[in-house]
Amino acid sequence: MNKVVNNVEDACKGIESGMTLMLGGFGLCGIPENSIAQLVKMGVKDLTCISNNAGVDDFGLGLLLQGKQIKKMVSSYVGENDEFERQMLSGELEVDLIPQGSLAERCRAGGAGIPAFFTPAGYGTEVAEGKEVREFNGKPHILETALTADFAIVKAWKGDTEGNLVFKATARNFNPMMAMAGKITIAEVEELVPAGELDPNEIHTPGIFVQRIFKGETFEKRIEQRTVRQK
Amino acid sequence: MALDKTGIAKRIAQELQDGWYVNLGIGIPTLVANYIPEDIEVEFQSENGILGMGPFPFEGEEDADLINAGKQTITARPGAVFFDSATSFAMIRGQHVQLTVLGAMEVAQNGDIANWKIPGKMVKGMGGAMDLVASAENIIVAMMHTNKAGESKILKECSLPLTGVGCVKKVVTNLAVLEIKDGQFHLVERAPGVSVEEIIAATEGDLVVPDNVPEMNI
Repeated sequence: MNKVVNNVEDACKGIESGMTLMLGGFGLCGIPENSIAQLVKMGVKDLTCISNNAGVDDFGLGLLLQGKQIKKMVSSYVGENDEFERQMLSGELEVDLIPQGSLAERCRAGGAGIPAFFTPAGYGTEVAEGKEVREFNGKPHILETALTADFAIVKAWKGDTEGNLVFKATARNFNPMMAMAGKITIAEVEELVPAGELDPNEIHTPGIFVQRIFKGETFEKRIEQRTVRQK
Repeated sequence: MALDKTGIAKRIAQELQDGWYVNLGIGIPTLVANYIPEDIEVEFQSENGILGMGPFPFEGEEDADLINAGKQTITARPGAVFFDSATSFAMIRGQHVQLTVLGAMEVAQNGDIANWKIPGKMVKGMGGAMDLVASAENIIVAMMHTNKAGESKILKECSLPLTGVGCVKKVVTNLAVLEIKDGQFHLVERAPGVSVEEIIAATEGDLVVPDNVPEMNI
């Protein structure tokens, strides 16, 4: 089944103001940077963005924040972004902060047909407010519900025409679960190969979870914290 | 002399045991990796998706696709493995990681910890901290005993929004090693040259002090 679209314009067709999007990545690592640039160009507004982080002021989701295109962020950590902080403190931006493991599992559950699950994370904290608590094996847990999105946008290292994906190193992060949880999942890849070229034993995300795939034009792959040691 | 951040990391490194998988938080905990005892083998997990994390890369060898949870460029050791975030937190929640070391703004004598939010001032998010503290059997908190104004961060009750409840059992500060048992802090060791009186003065929470408090051996 051929999932290939020609370019980022075709890939993002149908994304409209007011929609809920999932965007893969951890910090600036493994983010769908071509698609984010296209969302800026399209000017879609009032987006709900589910993403572990919110980028930095001038890269990643920070670009959508600059244009005030995001109505609500669902994330686990949003530091390193002044514009984000300003919009949040002024009340322009709604923010739902979720423990990272719960965010990952809520996306996985959304894609896996599990409507909700119990987790110990956040019990006794603000995160638990209004949530059902139940004890299992003598320990309290809170009920967390699944997340899904109108579009999930992920970034992979290699993909084939069937939409099968392989990720590189820690750029995998949230991408596989989000790919599962999108009604329509868009994958942008560094290398796009014909079906049959990827080793089926080594595919991370099966193509059934991907509806559209394209080769990204450029990948800046900006590094957020460059740390090195001396030789 | 109170310990500096390196000293705290060195003392925590003594707690590591051969064969453990360990998750190190951002800040002082990250430094622990530099002082692993030579005769043991441990593997570091970073919750963004790597087991077998190595040191920082040499200049020019940084890979934007290879970072730790602090978003710093890192390397992978031989035998390392990468995985997605759901699998990563399965390792954490499922108690496959033997030790979690993390920083804190406040710790209370009932084991509560606060380290993610100062209302109206700092709202960056909890990241993976809530999942880590809710699940880990073995948590060591690395922190300064007091804040910059000299006020104790070792408290009867946390005043900041909590990260987890009743989960901390051991705290290593610049002044002391403390254990939390039966709703009280217990003084286990003192930093070299630091007196018991200084530690008592810097501790707001209830502190049980045995007759003999050995100095840390660093």
